[in-house]
Amino acid sequence: MSQRDLAIRAEGLVKHFKDVKAVDGVDLEVPAGTVYGVLGPNGAGKTTTVRILATLLRPDAGTATVFGRDLHTDAAAVRSQVSLTGQYASLDEDLTGVENLVLLSRLYGYAKPAARERAADLLEAFGLSAAAGKQVKAYSGGMRRRLDIAASIIVTPKLLFLDEPTTGLDPRSRNQVWDVVRTIVAEGTTVLLTTQYLEEADQLAGRIAVIDTGKVIAEGTPGELKSSVGAGSIRVRLHHADQREHAQKVLSGALAVEVALDDDPVALTASLAPGLDTAEQGSHVLGELARAGILVDDFSLGQPSLDEVFLALTNRVDA
Amino acid sequence: MTVTQTDTKSDVDAPAPVEKEHLRRLLATGERPAPPSAFASARAFAWRSMLKIKHVPEQLGDILVFPIIMLLMFTYLFGGAIAGGTGEYLQFLLPGIMVMSIVMTTIYTGMSVNIDINKGVSDRFRTLPIWRAAPMVGYLLADMFRYAAAGAIMFGTGMVMGYRPEGGAVGVLLGVGLLLVFCFAFSWVWTWLGLITRSEKTVMSISMSILFPMTFLSNVMVDPATMPGWLRPVVENTPISQLVDGVRGLFDGNVDSVSVLTTLIWSAGFVAVFGFLTIRAYNRK
Ligand SMILES: Nc1ncnc2c1ncn2[C@@H]1O[C@H](COP(=O)(O)OP(=O)(O)OP(=O)(O)O)[C@@H](O)[C@H]1O
Ligand SMILES: [Mg+2]
Repeated sequence: MSQRDLAIRAEGLVKHFKDVKAVDGVDLEVPAGTVYGVLGPNGAGKTTTVRILATLLRPDAGTATVFGRDLHTDAAAVRSQVSLTGQYASLDEDLTGVENLVLLSRLYGYAKPAARERAADLLEAFGLSAAAGKQVKAYSGGMRRRLDIAASIIVTPKLLFLDEPTTGLDPRSRNQVWDVVRTIVAEGTTVLLTTQYLEEADQLAGRIAVIDTGKVIAEGTPGELKSSVGAGSIRVRLHHADQREHAQKVLSGALAVEVALDDDPVALTASLAPGLDTAEQGSHVLGELARAGILVDDFSLGQPSLDEVFLALTNRVDA
Repeated sequence: MTVTQTDTKSDVDAPAPVEKEHLRRLLATGERPAPPSAFASARAFAWRSMLKIKHVPEQLGDILVFPIIMLLMFTYLFGGAIAGGTGEYLQFLLPGIMVMSIVMTTIYTGMSVNIDINKGVSDRFRTLPIWRAAPMVGYLLADMFRYAAAGAIMFGTGMVMGYRPEGGAVGVLLGVGLLLVFCFAFSWVWTWLGLITRSEKTVMSISMSILFPMTFLSNVMVDPATMPGWLRPVVENTPISQLVDGVRGLFDGNVDSVSVLTTLIWSAGFVAVFGFLTIRAYNRK
């Protein structure tokens, strides 16, 4: 991939705090215009990596460029292309929502009336108009996150860092944040998102780097990561238990693999051969079952979960 | 003073859903304006600091009440013993105690900087393409307002107690002006300390252990002529004593231009050395 298409290129980033190797040789290539997930458990080094890339921390070693601009020698140019929503609310808790946004708009260079207008617009778009005049310390976690993201797009950044944007949010707020991220990336901003949730990376990210103890231990699309660990499975629950034998024959015929009968008298599971496209196999099988006149209550494509991927990867490193 | 009622409870109803179309429009119109000038960014931070006073007015209480207590306490407690009468002593004490109590409150700036730097909000400030010193200068500008308010209150209380400045309104204004210049410059010591220490408590204890001897070993309370010979030259030449001489002269109407000049030189020195150290520490954070 050419330098121009990369939002971030990092090579050998290292940051140690005394004897803690927070970041210990991280290489990253983040394609422009996509969501890139950095996935790792507590203490993996996600925040430290993001802070280095956002020019907030100087690495002990390694270099990185953001849209071709060097972090160290051209920090001002980098700052004018990125914005950061930190892990802990990057807002002034004493100020109200609207005051926070007006202050930041002023600091971006908006004149006072334009700053007020932009702040009001953002609050409205993020569903926060009613809370605009409340101090941020009275906001719920979900509202804070939204305000924080709103503050990050006062000026539309070319690259947005979101450090664990949904940690601690309820499912509804989390879904809203996901929608916001999708909208932002659809408008052309590159998003680097850190998360501890495999599902979140799977939902949003085009590519994922899995990091642990300061090192990238795997990198690729969610699909690649999954298939590097093992193939998925297809699980079917039937409407009539007496159709199970028939279903077993149809499935093994269609997939050319062995099909196991579950303890559940109406269920059966087929493990897919490695390397096959799970989704494609899924629709093929569903068609075959329908043609054979077998009624299906529930059908699930058991892709190996990213949890399994993660466990497999970290165990491999520990071993 | 009016106390603004602010909610601290999380009693806000569930927020409305995100409006995707609106958001899309905002993203499409978020072109970057020309960055603000150094002055404009410092002014924005000063505004932030004033908003904090509005939302948390208690913080002003310390700064306004402390000086009055100092003034009353020293006048009536020591007046008789030191100068043989409270009226005369007040005449001597007021400029000095004003310097002392306002210089003491400069440490709040260092504590505020320290509190900020440990919070996420300063990460955001530091990713903005603005003048690097703006957050600190903003604090200091807003502090000028607080110091001026404290000065006015002390002066008003003094007048009620019988203080009469020979230097007139102009002398008093110039004297307070000199004090503000010094405080602005001297505060850079604390902004630097605020950036290199771990917690605001550390800032507090270190700055107190510097300020207490520095303000008491001065001509604030007593004339150095009454001190032992070896101590006198030390006391007379500290920056605080020079400042007090300068302010006292302006208030009293017999200007001590050497002290005024020395104070301005000290001020320039503080800004040059500790301003530099502050910015360097800020960039290295
Ligand atoms: N300023 C610091 N001083 C000392 N140690 C630090 C500092 N910042 C981070 N660390 C350590 O570096 C390691 C990586 O921290 P980091 O915050 O980058 O992890 P993370 O992946 O963001 O974790 P989490 O999911 O908990 O946010 C941790 O062991 C942490 O304790
Ligand atoms: Mg973190």
